Amino acid sequence: MNPDRENNLARILHSKATEITAGWLELQAKNGRRVSAAETQDRTRTSREFFNFLSSAVQHGSYDPNDAEWQATRDLLTDFSGSRAKAGYSPSETALFIFSLKEPVFAALQAELGKDPVALAAAMMQASQLLDKLGLFTVEAFQRTREDVISRQQQEMLELSTPVVRLWDNILALPLIGTLDSSRTQVVMQNLLEAIVATRSDFAIIDITGVPVVDTLVAQHLLKTVAAARLMGADCLISGIRPQIAQTIIHLGVDLGEVTTKATLADAFSLALKRGGYKIVKPGVTEEKRSGGGER
Amino acid sequence: MERIPVLKMGEFLLVTIQVDMHDQLALTLQDDLTSQIVKYRTRGVLIDISTLEMVDSFIGRMLGTIASMARLLDADTVVVGMQPSVAITLVELGLSLKGIRTALDVEKGMEVLKSALLDHGDADDRGETGDEVE
Repeated sequence: MNPDRENNLARILHSKATEITAGWLELQAKNGRRVSAAETQDRTRTSREFFNFLSSAVQHGSYDPNDAEWQATRDLLTDFSGSRAKAGYSPSETALFIFSLKEPVFAALQAELGKDPVALAAAMMQASQLLDKLGLFTVEAFQRTREDVISRQQQEMLELSTPVVRLWDNILALPLIGTLDSSRTQVVMQNLLEAIVATRSDFAIIDITGVPVVDTLVAQHLLKTVAAARLMGADCLISGIRPQIAQTIIHLGVDLGEVTTKATLADAFSLALKRGGYKIVKPGVTEEKRSGGGER
Repeated sequence: MERIPVLKMGEFLLVTIQVDMHDQLALTLQDDLTSQIVKYRTRGVLIDISTLEMVDSFIGRMLGTIASMARLLDADTVVVGMQPSVAITLVELGLSLKGIRTALDVEKGMEVLKSALLDHGDADDRGETGDEVE
């Protein structure tokens, strides 16, 4: 292949830059989803930047995106697909960013080299291979970001898995966050029972403030946990029942039976203290005043 | 013949179940226990199952039966020392041993029985709860 032909693509990318970018942006606007003005601006900026990098890398005579000349381009694409993945774009929408560059580039090549079919074919082949590689790179970067998101979420889910908190001698709290399914109930139950044995606690407060929905299944799981704790000799209180949840529970006809329920963790805690024989006294407040206040 | 010992500890009786239960053993235990309750005029029975690694519905039911019998003879029953895995199994089996008191270990079980003897019943407890709400 003679050097002139080799440089055809670079030359045309350079000389026709304005037209190609304009055509590309137009295509992106047409194919892509409707976006806000800010996003369009952002995309335009990224596109111009990308095109400049691409063009300059090609000027240097490199056609392999793994070369050092492409470092800037690779970084840009990684950033770009990362933000796309986080914004919820699909992989094909992201890849289309690169692939839609083909059309204006081919049109420019056609216009310039139309009279020399051999040169045209060579340049087209070059452009096509290059853009394909870049497109694949974009998709891979996109996928990587998605996988990062997934593994981070998995980690967070694990960390959500229910700590057992010791509130006082003999009093444990179990703040539940998130939905209770069977497998989670199993873990929760096990954690709670082991904590009861380890701390020799008499009371366990299950706080369901963070449970978004209580349906019959969740209620059943709660009751199971309470029953298991009772078998271990611990008294179980349920707290953090929000008004809607209270209504749901009754509408569903769930019978929480003899389980003591309280609206807030504070109420449950003070009941547990009381049952445990503790008394909370404010220093300086005399006995009469307190009992007077209590009777009111 | 195999037999589960029923030990008198102060004012209470202590039964430690360490072997697999079967029908005959359960019947013998019920015989022994009821006659001892009457003999010593016991008001509380501790059943220690801390060495039981697994339970089935049979043991669950037997515990319930023993507790009901003791109740008829005016004695409270406390099941103590249940392993966490055993508790989970019982709950999964749908046996939550309603009507039986439970405690973490023998020591706590004794406390439970003593306080039960003192204020007898949950009624007083409930009254206090009412005050607390206000």
